[in-house]
Amino acid sequence: MMVNQLNYLKETASQTAGPYVHIGLAPHAAGFDIFENNFSNVLTTPATRGERIRIEGRVIDGSGTPLRDVLLEIWQANADGRYNHPADTQDKPLDDSFRGWGRACSDFESGLYTFETIKPGAVEGRHGRTMAPHINLWIVARGINIGLNTRIYFSDEAEANAKDPVLNLIEWEVRRKTLIAQREERDGEVVYRFDVRIQGNNETVFFDV
Amino acid sequence: MNRSSDQYGEFYQRDRSVHPPAYAPDYKTSILRSPKNALISLQNSLSEITGPVFRQDELGPLDNDLILNYAKDGLPIGERIIVHGFVRDENGRPVKNSLVEVWQANAGGRYRHKKDQYLAPIDPNFGGCGRVLTDDNGYYFFRTIKPGPYPWRNRVNDWRPAHIHFSLSGDGFAQRLITQMYFEGDPLIATCPIVRSINNEEAVRTLIAPLDRHAFVQLDSMAYRFDIVLRGRRATLFENRIQGAK
Ligand SMILES: [Fe+3]
Repeated sequence: MMVNQLNYLKETASQTAGPYVHIGLAPHAAGFDIFENNFSNVLTTPATRGERIRIEGRVIDGSGTPLRDVLLEIWQANADGRYNHPADTQDKPLDDSFRGWGRACSDFESGLYTFETIKPGAVEGRHGRTMAPHINLWIVARGINIGLNTRIYFSDEAEANAKDPVLNLIEWEVRRKTLIAQREERDGEVVYRFDVRIQGNNETVFFDV
Repeated sequence: MNRSSDQYGEFYQRDRSVHPPAYAPDYKTSILRSPKNALISLQNSLSEITGPVFRQDELGPLDNDLILNYAKDGLPIGERIIVHGFVRDENGRPVKNSLVEVWQANAGGRYRHKKDQYLAPIDPNFGGCGRVLTDDNGYYFFRTIKPGPYPWRNRVNDWRPAHIHFSLSGDGFAQRLITQMYFEGDPLIATCPIVRSINNEEAVRTLIAPLDRHAFVQLDSMAYRFDIVLRGRRATLFENRIQGAK
């Protein structure tokens, strides 16, 4: 039967970021200086409220080898659990000194990435169920055909994590652990270790958001 | 329907049939870099419907002019072109203030990157990257030189068609997208394993920018038109109102 066609457009197809993603998104990492202002893996300024943390880890392929050419972005709420975006109308303070977004490249030798940020507060989830503090992570690289979305939760939030509506969506309890960053203290600094396993044993949970 | 309340609804489910699968074995690097498990489907929360907001004052005046933004003692070698288009969402609405970042090889197919070993020379006057924010109509443009094709290690004789890499950020983090733009008429498109990782002819076609004669600058530059579609948001209507969201 003939019906009128809906005229929604189709999303543009993704393509891999390729080996030279740094040129466009982090030219210093590619080895040259071009823009006056560069986006970085440091999300804080001295004025930012909240507990300073470093997130560090590797992204590991199906052979156990760290990716040395990966690019990661994080998006997170501020220390009070509010996103710096007009859609977030929770009754919580904004922090003008915190956009909540950063971009990092892995080291070309070690594969290690780091972010300097603050620990986010809890954010209201669907149906009024609070989500445990978490950071949204997006990963692209050569060989990754469409960006991978996951979340970083915190090992010292066991109680909140146990009630988190997103962690609880993951049917296999053993796989939830792949989203928990391990807290360490090193020379007075708080470091959360978060390795991402793209494929294989203990494969990280990725989301279709 | 109240437009302000529609503005930040949740995103339509992503139509994966327009995208390449994670595992595309003819593109060999994807074999070990593709998750084996199914993605876990998430209904959107504030974490997905919000995203970073960028400001014009974060960009420099030449950031979208790749002909001049790295010129040292002359102009880059190659065909001068303009690349322009609209960023819209699946509802056809303009995506304003979208951060469009691009990178590409020079006219000889060589990247300014410490890991690129191809024997074609670096162009001393060409950096190969640029960025721009879309205006209120979702429009963007930049000026550059046409990149050359280049060989790459996949099968022994694989060559990438000429292309420009695009990174897009919309107004929600779940819209984040990286893609590549190809040029009308390039015979290498048909055999490229990266292009062919997309199993959808129509989706491939939307990555090929047609020559846009109306936008040529006479006696100066040719132009290519590349329109981009990011994910659309549903109107919040009755149910599915996200807690904490406008
Ligand atoms: Fe390329």
